[in-house]
Amino acid sequence: MSRGAGTRPPLALVLAAGVVVALLLLPLAYLVLRVASGGEVLEILGEPTTWRLVRNTVLLAAGVVTCAVLVGVPLAWLVTRTDLPLRRLWAAAGALPLVIPSYVAAFCLLGFFGERGLLADALGVERLPAVKGYWGSLVALTLATYPYVFVLSQSAFRALDPSLEEAARGLGTSGRRTFLRVTAPGIRPAVGLGALLVTLYTFSDFGVVSLMDYDTLTRAIYVQYKSLFDRAPAATLALLLVALSGVALAVEYRLRRRGRLYRSGPGTRRPQPVVRLGRWRAPALLFCTAVVGLFLVLPTAVLAYWLSRGIANERELGLPWSEALHSVVASGLAAGAAVLAALPVAILALRYPSRAGRLLERLSYAGNALPGLVIALSLVFFAARWASPVYQTLALLVFAYVVRFFPQGLSGVESALETVSPRQEEAARSLGLGPLRALAVVTVPLVRPGVLAGAALVFLSAMKELPATLLLRPIGFDTLATEIWGLTQVGAYSRAAVPALMLIVVSAPVLYLVSSERRFESGASG
Amino acid sequence: MKSIPLLLVLVATAVTAAGCGGSDDTLTVYSGREEELVAPLFDMFTAETGIDVQVRYGDSAELAATIAEEGDNSPADVFFAQDPGSLGSVDAQLETLPKDILDRVDPRFRDAEGRWTGTSGRSRVIVYNTDALAEDEVPDSVFDLIDPKWDGRIGIAPTNASFQAFVTAMRLSEGGEATRTWLEDLKDLSPKEYEKNTPVVEAAAAGEIELGLVNHYYLYLVREEQPDAPIENHFLAPGDPGSLVSVAGAAVLASSDQSEDAERFVAFLLSDEAQRFYVDEAEEAEYPLIDGIEAKAGLPPLSSLQGPDVDLTSFGAEHEATIELLRETGYLT
Repeated sequence: MSRGAGTRPPLALVLAAGVVVALLLLPLAYLVLRVASGGEVLEILGEPTTWRLVRNTVLLAAGVVTCAVLVGVPLAWLVTRTDLPLRRLWAAAGALPLVIPSYVAAFCLLGFFGERGLLADALGVERLPAVKGYWGSLVALTLATYPYVFVLSQSAFRALDPSLEEAARGLGTSGRRTFLRVTAPGIRPAVGLGALLVTLYTFSDFGVVSLMDYDTLTRAIYVQYKSLFDRAPAATLALLLVALSGVALAVEYRLRRRGRLYRSGPGTRRPQPVVRLGRWRAPALLFCTAVVGLFLVLPTAVLAYWLSRGIANERELGLPWSEALHSVVASGLAAGAAVLAALPVAILALRYPSRAGRLLERLSYAGNALPGLVIALSLVFFAARWASPVYQTLALLVFAYVVRFFPQGLSGVESALETVSPRQEEAARSLGLGPLRALAVVTVPLVRPGVLAGAALVFLSAMKELPATLLLRPIGFDTLATEIWGLTQVGAYSRAAVPALMLIVVSAPVLYLVSSERRFESGASG
Repeated sequence: MKSIPLLLVLVATAVTAAGCGGSDDTLTVYSGREEELVAPLFDMFTAETGIDVQVRYGDSAELAATIAEEGDNSPADVFFAQDPGSLGSVDAQLETLPKDILDRVDPRFRDAEGRWTGTSGRSRVIVYNTDALAEDEVPDSVFDLIDPKWDGRIGIAPTNASFQAFVTAMRLSEGGEATRTWLEDLKDLSPKEYEKNTPVVEAAAAGEIELGLVNHYYLYLVREEQPDAPIENHFLAPGDPGSLVSVAGAAVLASSDQSEDAERFVAFLLSDEAQRFYVDEAEEAEYPLIDGIEAKAGLPPLSSLQGPDVDLTSFGAEHEATIELLRETGYLT
């Protein structure tokens, strides 16, 4: 910790952070209202089914986090620190599954590995064992979430000051010990954040568990809402989900607090030392091929197959340009708004450590584990009553995206701030700059790559968001996600493949923008 | 800053998008029916009346929940839904429709209090794989499904509203205990569970299952995608709960400030022209509900379908008990 307890944050900063977090807590307020009006909380908490759902949800999240870290971190290390051939390609392809909506991924995996899927066809066997349930959900959600860990660890590996590792090596520490004592702690905050995002994503996901027929809290919440009557039980389960995410937040916070490393200076963007893979080259390539093959090539190939079937059956296949534009506009605005909103919260939490600042920051995550439907209905409730001019406008849709994906923007800003030493701001302030000015002049340029990464995560999540988009978009404002939904509703997979592929194609350049090394370097030095 | 032009484009599009919100004389419809299936109906209505329509498409139950959360501030004028349950769940927010509209439809296909009316019909059927089974091997009653020979060969969609409506029909016609026993016995046959009707029909087409409990019209949607799929519908014996005839329907919201146009729209859905749409144009072959218009060729006439003797009006109120039963018997959590 850098600052003495006596340093008080500027009032404007506190106010801004407070307003942001208060807005993010609207869905929670709605749930409390609903539970209070229904009041069978104890009854629901006493039911064994409820605890079975909690267990299922925790098991799935634990499995997905484990897989996402096991896939994401090694991949990030390989593409940032080694002489792996085609590193740029692996870096781009490895992050790309982020743009595949998890429900599309589940459709594709079922289409391929299903009992009578394409694989069974290709093998010429009668039927394959079903891949539904826990394992099917695990694979589909790993596909959808490991890129969070991958992207964040990649920036951490890059941002890590090479002089720290060099110093360790110079003092005679072995390569392995240097990795364990210097590199691993250096990337731990980023991996922890990634794991947190994965956990919250898994908690909130409905598409995958519903297609894979695996009961989690979120699936039960949907069933409750669809049973149409009493909304209190669904709200109770949703609050349970919030409580679970509280546990995840506490764990992540502990991980992060254990030591942190700052860059020694802003100008030292020196090239990282390159690890020679030697005989590990072939296994490393095999690993990359397996990851990209399973998580990117396979779903895309299934989509392409459906598309070809549509062409063969002469179905109408138009390119959804206006839907693509709508998706990009709404998601772009959401990305900008989310990182802007994240700045005061992150700065307050990391630069002016205080119980209140930390609490605000943690609270801002609370809604992220909620299913999109719950967030959407809560905003319907508030906006239709008290903000009817913005109800069902683009502004409210963008706001809903920010509420859903704020932590992703925050994660980018925070992991960047983590690596910038407060000493540099202190130096600027000792030269007579005010606290906000010091932040603007010294810190903001340094954190730009992280901020961009955060904005990109929000953008990509918003591109594929479905439940809130359906209920809150302006009428007629079709996006690629709603288009895919509309077509899969009537079983028209061959036609749904068009917007799904388009979603991937449109999102890919954004990923390239943030994951390309050059961009990072020019961002940091200029 | 090279991002400035990009920002400008974003803001300009945002402003344009904000501007396309509805003007005052535009009718707002919340449609739980799929755009792919019903969009032409809205165009036909506008062409005929000059009234502009803007449609919010979504899931019927989610739109019902939205209407409930919106309360009196709902921008919707008309709710066009997939099932009587969704309509019934917001019936307190619906106005009573004029008699001349209601009179066009057989009372068994509309709300007893006149707050919503059916607009097209669908029958529960058993879809079967024609490679695996001949039609005479397919049971005529859902009770005949309870037989060890069907173990692992049946597909259902228990989280779907249409399966739940069928269970409600069974409860009302056969009693709660008989239904519980049937559900428990079916569970012992380890039926395969799917998200909704379309995947059940696809599974039957793929041979993953041999029989599926679904609504009749999904067969036609799957055939659009796979013209050679080896599947057929089997209509069950009259009076069997598995032969339930249900409806998609429409209602006018009491909070609407354009109730006249809204009623015209519901009346239009029951006009000869719109009803003929289900026969001539629509991909999915639903039943028209008004007299004098026959169903698509190949379908048994609506008058020949005798579902169980139940009142669709009560489905909204009965839904909760059905969910509870499905939960107790392990179909839902």
